[in-house]
Amino acid sequence: MAKTLFEKIWDAHLVKALPDGTFLIYIDRIFLHERTGSIALQSLAEAGRKVRHPERVFCTMDHIVDTFPGRGDDTVMPSGKNFIQATRKEAKAAGITLFDIGDDRQGIAHVISPEMGIVQPGITLVCPDSHTCTQGAMGAAAWGIGSSEAEHAMATQTLRINKPKLMRVVFEGELGAGVTAKDMILHLIGQYGANGGAGYAIEFAGSAVENLSIEGRLTLCNMAVEFAAFTGLVAPDQKTYDYLEGRTYAPKGKDWDEALTYWQSLVTESDAAFDKEIVINASDIEPTVTWGTSPQHAAGISQSVPALESLASDDARTAAQRALDYQGLASGDALAGLKIDNAFIGSCTNARIEDLRSAASILKGRKVAAGIKAICVPGSQQVKAAAEREGLDKIFEAAGFEWRESGCSMCFFAGGEHFGAQERVLSTSNRNFESRQGPGTRTHLASPATVAASAINGVITDPRTFTEVN
Amino acid sequence: MDPFIRHTGVSAPLLRINIDTDAIIPSREMRLVSKKGLGEGLFASWRYVLPDSREPNPDFVLNKPEYANTTIILGGNNFGCGSSREHAVWALAEYGIRAIIAPGFGAIFYQNCVRNGILPVVLDNETVQSLAAEVEENPQVHQLTIDLEQQTVTSFSGAQAKFEIEAGHKEMLLKGLDSIGLTLTFEDDISRFEQADGAKRHWL
Repeated sequence: MAKTLFEKIWDAHLVKALPDGTFLIYIDRIFLHERTGSIALQSLAEAGRKVRHPERVFCTMDHIVDTFPGRGDDTVMPSGKNFIQATRKEAKAAGITLFDIGDDRQGIAHVISPEMGIVQPGITLVCPDSHTCTQGAMGAAAWGIGSSEAEHAMATQTLRINKPKLMRVVFEGELGAGVTAKDMILHLIGQYGANGGAGYAIEFAGSAVENLSIEGRLTLCNMAVEFAAFTGLVAPDQKTYDYLEGRTYAPKGKDWDEALTYWQSLVTESDAAFDKEIVINASDIEPTVTWGTSPQHAAGISQSVPALESLASDDARTAAQRALDYQGLASGDALAGLKIDNAFIGSCTNARIEDLRSAASILKGRKVAAGIKAICVPGSQQVKAAAEREGLDKIFEAAGFEWRESGCSMCFFAGGEHFGAQERVLSTSNRNFESRQGPGTRTHLASPATVAASAINGVITDPRTFTEVN
Repeated sequence: MDPFIRHTGVSAPLLRINIDTDAIIPSREMRLVSKKGLGEGLFASWRYVLPDSREPNPDFVLNKPEYANTTIILGGNNFGCGSSREHAVWALAEYGIRAIIAPGFGAIFYQNCVRNGILPVVLDNETVQSLAAEVEENPQVHQLTIDLEQQTVTSFSGAQAKFEIEAGHKEMLLKGLDSIGLTLTFEDDISRFEQADGAKRHWL
């Protein structure tokens, strides 16, 4: 029977179909971070269990670690240090690879894993972090799990899971100028709801996906979890191989040739069946911004906050009304022109070098509007170094942005630093939940270009109004 | 892990859709490298008047006297979406929650519940709403009974709804099993897989 990419990966990792209807699936690589990984490692050690294959487990410091220049183990939240130091101690005891503070490989898990070639086409990779689906962009099955599941994966190198249903989301045609992968995924969730992908592994396909760079695909897959999907993935192609070749953990020499042959077999066959398919015309997508407190509260930047009557259900109307109260908005308010207090460029969604270049192209020679607090947090130390080689740090700083060390930072506030109550933040991150970026903080999600353009004007701004974008 | 076989308890409706794990336990409440000490931070942004305060917000359902000793939550669709933090489930468990009934759950949150002895029950929206309506009339008396063996939720008035659950999850909860221990009984299968796969994908 013709198979999809996901089925091929699934079948290649099936250890055993269990009598209770679940499947024992082999896990190739495990990533940890200091917030949930610390507990998983500690709990495993307390139970007297060993990490089965320490060489297959990698850990970073990203969630809680400070991003101020000159950082150490201390964080704004006094207890943050406990997680950092516990992680270091447990990682050493378990013999796993740690990308610690001060290591030039440190960064956000889902940025550094592709960057070092840890995630590869056809592998299974899990991490106790919901945005692990990001890494599916490399043609892998990568998904987020809880801490207990991380313990299970480390102790047994497997997980017991149910087989997800299969969905294909096809973006056909060409994206307009100034429209990015971030806008594609916000558009999808805005159209089909934050629950639209529940129960599915989603393959993103179509010419607009093929035309995305690897970094764009990472952004696209990153928010599959905001669509409630089990994971998202993109078939590997020449771009994937070119991206991977030569990276630290990528196969070399003869191994590379053999791996490549295998990877090239990992495509969805033309007559393979999906349980569901969604087709989107890429040229219909505008730069997209969220207005409410769920990623499904998204609209094109030329639009206004929708009328509640236009929403599909009572539940959706109630949630939207609550969101508008929280956000200090009303139906009919135009998105463009909405005054912002803060601009945040960072996170596993949009803090790679192409994201920083995109923002910098708009910021170059300009300054952020008076009173705007603007922060750029590169996704990894390697991204930061690359940006500095290109002089992007100077552009950000001259424009009035803070230039930070890498980490998850103000995507949420695990380390204790946060934005103020009722302050409006335009953010390149992935969650606009109530109090996500600070108690009472009002978050709007957008692409790096939209955040940069808006920071300059001090109000939400269509990036296409800047000639650099066109 | 405590087995879940049958449970009767006070149920609190929290029917909004997309209740995320940041709402269930905010980052700032996760202070220790521990699965304990999280119950107080449960729903902190809604439950207390100010962030970091411990002054109860009288309008929040769990703070109302009629919902004292709540052990079941009636939730909206996509309950537990967002961050994978298992702290959300540990906080619910420490507070005393044994089951959550909702039209749908975040996938990672669902797994985390099963791994920690909390039963996630999926029922359609209409049924959840009607259970909530009955509970709200007199929460302390109109308790719900969940029978995992029979896969039923029964209200005080006797209305009964049947729910589906994967056999593997059901067994795990009924017996309070340690999933790692269980999987390690398949050690031979795992080793065999590793040998065969190592020969095939030797570059990993």
